[in-house]
Amino acid sequence: MSDAPVISAHNVWKLFGTDPEGYLAKMPQGRSYSDIQADGYIAGVKDVSVEVAKGEMLVIMGLSGSGKSTLVRCFSRLHEITGGTIEVDGQDIMALNEKQLIEMRRSKMGMVFQSFGLLPHRTVLENIAFPLEMRGQDKHDRRERALEVIKLVGLDGREDYFPRELSGGQQQRVGIARSLAIEPDIWFLDEPFSALDPLIRREMQDEFLRLQAMLNKTIVFITHDFDEALRLADRIAIMKDGAVEQCDTPDKIVLNPATPYVAKFTEEIDKARVVHAGTLARPDLAANGDPIPAGTTIHELARQLVDDDREALPVVSKDGVIIGGLDRRQALDILLGAA
Amino acid sequence: MALADQDQSTPVGPAGLSGSRVVQALLVAAIILTVLRPWLPDGLVRAPEWMLLPWRDWIDTVFQYVTFDLGFINVTRFLSGGLEFVLDAVANILYGRARWPRFEAVPWTVVASIAAVLGYALGGWRLALLTGATFVWAAVVGQWKWTMETLSVVFVAAPLGFLLGGLIGIWCWKSKRVEETVKPLLLVMQVLPFFSYLLPAVIFFKVGPTAATVATMAYSLPPMILMTTIGLKKVSPEVVEAGKMSGCTRWQMLRHVYIPSARSEILVGLNQVIMLCLAMVVLTAAIGMPGLGAKLLEAMGSFKLGRAFEIGVTIVLLAVVLDRLSKAWVVNLPEHFERGTPWWRRNIYLVIGVTLFIVFIGLSLMVSGMKPQPIEDAGFGNWFVGILDEVHRKEAMSQGKVYDRAIKDFLSLDAVTSVTGAIRYFVNVYILIPTERALLFVPTLAVIFAVTALAYRLGGKGPAILGFVFFCIVAQFGYWDRAMLTLHSVFMAVLLAVVLGAPLAIFASRSEKRAKRTILLCDTFQTFPSYVYLLPAIMLFGISPVTVILSILIYTMVPIVRYTLEGLRGVPPELTEAADMSGATRWQKLTQVQFPLAMPTIAVGVNQALVFAFFMVIIAEFIGTRDIGQEMRRTMAGTELGWNFVLGFSVVFMALTFDIAINAWAEKRRKLLGLA
Repeated sequence: MSDAPVISAHNVWKLFGTDPEGYLAKMPQGRSYSDIQADGYIAGVKDVSVEVAKGEMLVIMGLSGSGKSTLVRCFSRLHEITGGTIEVDGQDIMALNEKQLIEMRRSKMGMVFQSFGLLPHRTVLENIAFPLEMRGQDKHDRRERALEVIKLVGLDGREDYFPRELSGGQQQRVGIARSLAIEPDIWFLDEPFSALDPLIRREMQDEFLRLQAMLNKTIVFITHDFDEALRLADRIAIMKDGAVEQCDTPDKIVLNPATPYVAKFTEEIDKARVVHAGTLARPDLAANGDPIPAGTTIHELARQLVDDDREALPVVSKDGVIIGGLDRRQALDILLGAA
Repeated sequence: MALADQDQSTPVGPAGLSGSRVVQALLVAAIILTVLRPWLPDGLVRAPEWMLLPWRDWIDTVFQYVTFDLGFINVTRFLSGGLEFVLDAVANILYGRARWPRFEAVPWTVVASIAAVLGYALGGWRLALLTGATFVWAAVVGQWKWTMETLSVVFVAAPLGFLLGGLIGIWCWKSKRVEETVKPLLLVMQVLPFFSYLLPAVIFFKVGPTAATVATMAYSLPPMILMTTIGLKKVSPEVVEAGKMSGCTRWQMLRHVYIPSARSEILVGLNQVIMLCLAMVVLTAAIGMPGLGAKLLEAMGSFKLGRAFEIGVTIVLLAVVLDRLSKAWVVNLPEHFERGTPWWRRNIYLVIGVTLFIVFIGLSLMVSGMKPQPIEDAGFGNWFVGILDEVHRKEAMSQGKVYDRAIKDFLSLDAVTSVTGAIRYFVNVYILIPTERALLFVPTLAVIFAVTALAYRLGGKGPAILGFVFFCIVAQFGYWDRAMLTLHSVFMAVLLAVVLGAPLAIFASRSEKRAKRTILLCDTFQTFPSYVYLLPAIMLFGISPVTVILSILIYTMVPIVRYTLEGLRGVPPELTEAADMSGATRWQKLTQVQFPLAMPTIAVGVNQALVFAFFMVIIAEFIGTRDIGQEMRRTMAGTELGWNFVLGFSVVFMALTFDIAINAWAEKRRKLLGLA
């Protein structure tokens, strides 16, 4: 994650109303969401700055109406933003003309929708090949590539079905396959599993993690489900009233919620299952003996934490470097829910 | 109108006057004017001569200018050349008119069998049977050529209407400005009498099939435009976004995303286009279009009831078949084939169709030289072989004379004549004549006040002002008495339709099974072209004012029953259950719960009935009336466009007044009840 960010948004505003640009230009500093609403405008996205690194999964979490879907639509320019800048691969997307925008979507972006957004008159294969067809690939290539992704998402044998002949989970697999057909660098997922029932949702999350492990895309994932966010995210951005309340790794959000609003989400969470040894490791804390891997959660270390009698345990990163010591008492506090 | 009593809300009028005060004041003024009528100067009874503007001449001048000075006629002549070419080609194939491409007429067996295969593909065996049987019937009773003449226009007008309507619909959806301009135009188009389509069509396009096609097509546009716009607006935003993210260009969006996603609505639009085309094309008999319509008109004119009945059956069957076929297409969604399904299985309908085509073409070629023989002489087998190519006059199984005898015998039975005679006498002498005289007695201004009061009561200030202006325009068009006769027929018929239809609907709503059957029946009746509704009325009451009222009555009963039934059924079950648990009797439940909640829907039904009635009353002129319809008929002979339009717009303004007021009421009511 060292190179330049794939998506970088600076002070992005998206207002809905009669004359959003004019209003934003004249708007005094520090207007709150309700102030803006009183002026007759809805702040879909309110002064958001966020960056997504290459290969990173950013999960945007928020309740309905918090602006998360609006924000992701600004990234793909399905919405025109009112103020600020959004750069994708260093290119200001607001400066693109229609042709360039279409070209960018055809080559770089894929998107999955909550209610799938499948075309009812096309078969599974035709739906998946749709983006390829739009960019003018020939029929044979299209078919070959579509069959490839169909296999990838486990829909073999259903190529000729129509969307209405499939279950919700299968339909979303089609949506996922379609978004992957063009081999995008950037993958937007807008509450992809919210319309599915809980068991299928879990299965699809696993499936999704499997895919991501294989493909390693840059991902912006939207959800209103905090557990889902914790499960999937490299970093989470929590949104409320169009603004980002906190944007950080799951560990840090759980350990140090920035605002009371964020704290409300973290209260009920079993922190031991979220926080990793690496996060708690302090370089200034010396420790000896067998090291523990940075990528394990406190929950996974539970037995060892109880049994071990060292004050501090050395933590080793993936590359085998000792990155610091883990304060066993602090870890136990988290395990017991006292922190 | 019974509707007015239901509305308890009082809109606030101008200058602090409450709405009900304005209504009262207007009504009092109307009554005073009526009472004082014998002493009023003529200028206050009817719009005085000097107030009548020369609309006829103005319209004529504008038309002259556009047509000849601007050369519009050249454009339409050019278009009609192309249209004629297409019509001739279709006519050549369907009934062998000697034109390009100079094929012979396709044998009826081929048409019938292919139609049946189409029915099978869209709706299974039953639809195949119905479709096939309809064409067999048309052929066997000897109406094949007329049927094909009629259908050849439908086959050209409907696709044209579909395309043009679809394009305008897309344009309206793209541009809000266009939509705002087109919407009121559509409103006018939907109430403009069909005769006002026919005359310009005749002037700008050649008499006969060309003009018939243009008029028919134009009349079928509004529903297609509306359905297309509605369908496109309804496409789910996620599907749209999915299309955009797939990198669609604007054209690709329209072609691959929007139009396929709006398929259902667009096909419903097509269904309406087809139905309107069939209904209108039989009316184009008035401008010399041959076919079923012309033959029906002829048969009715010479009181050949049996023949008229047979033709009526054909028209109705065609309507039902076209309706079912196009509706089946709406719900017919593609299904996938299993892997390895052979080619012929995937294209089974095509295979059957082509096979039947070849078989019947072959058969007809084999028998085409045979001499026509009537079934009595030849026996069934030989007769059947003989008609495989073409049903000649001698072979036709028309039972027109038999039906004619039967119908006339039945009608001349003492029991029947005494009943119909009594009804005719009673309705005429005690209802129609007195009310008609009364309406003609009332001074123009009093009618305008009363209408304004009604519009105020129903829709509030806006509709009232429109109603006032509209009726003032009608008054100074100068055909007030004829307009009042038209209005009288419309009102009496709709009133009777409500009186008879509402109890019927209440009865039907009492059981689920009955309700379903009634709705199916209404749907079927609604597909019948308006023209055939004249038939039973003529059979029973001959040519008289009662016939006119009866035909409108039958036609308008359908929406009344349908919407009343739907309104009553739409009442949430919790509410009727709550009423039951509150100890309401059936009557209390009906009047206190069901009717108040169903009223907005019923109002829409009444409104549709009124619009239908304004349409039908003009058509009823075919059997003789003294109102605007008769006058319009006269304009057709002299190609007097100005005159025709003044009359047409008299109807438009009257119809729109009620349409706007009732819709405003229903809308308001719905909001009030939280149903919107």
